[in-house]
Amino acid sequence: MTDFTSGFWGYFIATVSILGIAFCGYVLLTQMKVKLKKGEKAQVTGHKWDGDLEEYNNPLPGWWVGMFVLTIVFAIGYLWLYPGLVVMGNAKGWSQEGQHKEEVAKADAKYQALYDKYTAMPIEAVAKDPNANEMGKRLFQTYCVQCHGSDARGAKGFPNLTDNDWLYGGSPAKIEETLVKGRQGQMPAFGAAFGEEKVRDVANYVLKISGNAAFNDVRAARGAETYKQVCVACHGAEGKGNQDLGAPNLTDKIWLYGGSEATIVETVTNGRTNVMPAWKEFLGDGKVHLLSAYVYSLSQDKK
Amino acid sequence: MNKIQKLIEENVAALIILTLMTISVAMLVEILPLMFSKTVTQPIAGVKPYSALRLEGRDIYIREGCYNCHSQMIRPFRSETERYGHYSVAGESVYDHPFQWGSKRTGPDLARVGGRYSDEWHRAHMMNPRDVVPESNMPAFPWLLTNTIDSTMTPKKMEALRKLGVPYTDADIANASKEVEGKTEMDAVIAYLQGLGLALKNKR
Repeated sequence: MTDFTSGFWGYFIATVSILGIAFCGYVLLTQMKVKLKKGEKAQVTGHKWDGDLEEYNNPLPGWWVGMFVLTIVFAIGYLWLYPGLVVMGNAKGWSQEGQHKEEVAKADAKYQALYDKYTAMPIEAVAKDPNANEMGKRLFQTYCVQCHGSDARGAKGFPNLTDNDWLYGGSPAKIEETLVKGRQGQMPAFGAAFGEEKVRDVANYVLKISGNAAFNDVRAARGAETYKQVCVACHGAEGKGNQDLGAPNLTDKIWLYGGSEATIVETVTNGRTNVMPAWKEFLGDGKVHLLSAYVYSLSQDKK
Repeated sequence: MNKIQKLIEENVAALIILTLMTISVAMLVEILPLMFSKTVTQPIAGVKPYSALRLEGRDIYIREGCYNCHSQMIRPFRSETERYGHYSVAGESVYDHPFQWGSKRTGPDLARVGGRYSDEWHRAHMMNPRDVVPESNMPAFPWLLTNTIDSTMTPKKMEALRKLGVPYTDADIANASKEVEGKTEMDAVIAYLQGLGLALKNKR
């Protein structure tokens, strides 16, 4: 860090630092004048407090002087190795950035081959490798649990990854695509266009096709009409959804936001926006591949 | 030397002054020169002053004491950069008065939380953190959703910051009230969080 607005600051730092250290040495020297011969008693300084409190002028203990000198030696060594005195330059070329780079390079040398090995394997094979699975799990626990949960079962608005129900497709390629590019889920708001009654009608129709017994027949029948005109575009004629658009299947009992009438009404009225961030830039190919395999493996027993 | 000792022992003012002088040596070499260092005083590419809404969000962040549990300072260690992203640099904080580096991590570091989660996630998380992270011990902040921003204060805050060297233009300040009008505190905090650390987001 030698980008001071003026060269003065380098000299300023060096001067104050060196004077500071020199002063410490000077103080030490001046305080070491008292020496006692064997058997000799220390003098009192002559200060008297509260009538009988007096102060001995004993010599400094040797161990203490030794430690004091050590701190001075340490300070000089420290300023030399970790360049504190700007004017002296950087003898060992140390920098915080450099130290970080070195640490990263060391780790890369150790792990890169491992990442490369798995990146070269197809996701199905990686998913069956216990070692890769363990790595993927660790990565998942660091980067993914905030939304998908430590058990990968998601939360309201954040998909469960263990049920083999997929918004954008559960093939290894699709999962990796989701991680690499991220996803933008968009359910438009129909509250204004439909009006309150029509929204409830549609909600009841959705309840019906999802296999929920508790729906209103009349409303569902009316809602079916609206569904055929509007909702069909994304969710399909049979309500099976469309993985190209990320439109959920409405005929199963799996709900991202909840399957009660009230929640469905809320969803249709206000719409939903959901974002899966893109991870390629941040994590890099190796980790994305391992994570994809891990996520893929989570639902393999549910086929 | 005895005279000096006597002076320090008997004169409290002399004791205080000499103590301050001793302490200030470290500040003179470690803090003062940094005020004249370009890496510390100049923004890096991509760092802009907070917009009106983000500024309000930042004030709520401070009001709610978020800094008590969240740092905004990624140190240059691999264990941190792997998890959070590129380490923080001084040029990212030049418009922060005061900076929010913090010194305590009960929760994770937030220096690069911008874009990491969706707005919806933040909304759900601040209403009740356990809705999305069952293990979380973060308090809920549901009142953020119902409190609205006092838009009359925003231009004043920006003017105060301008006096401290944040380059707000007259137009920024004139439009400030309009930008935050009717916005909830939740909107403001989310806008603030989503803007954090974007300048070096995808660099490792």
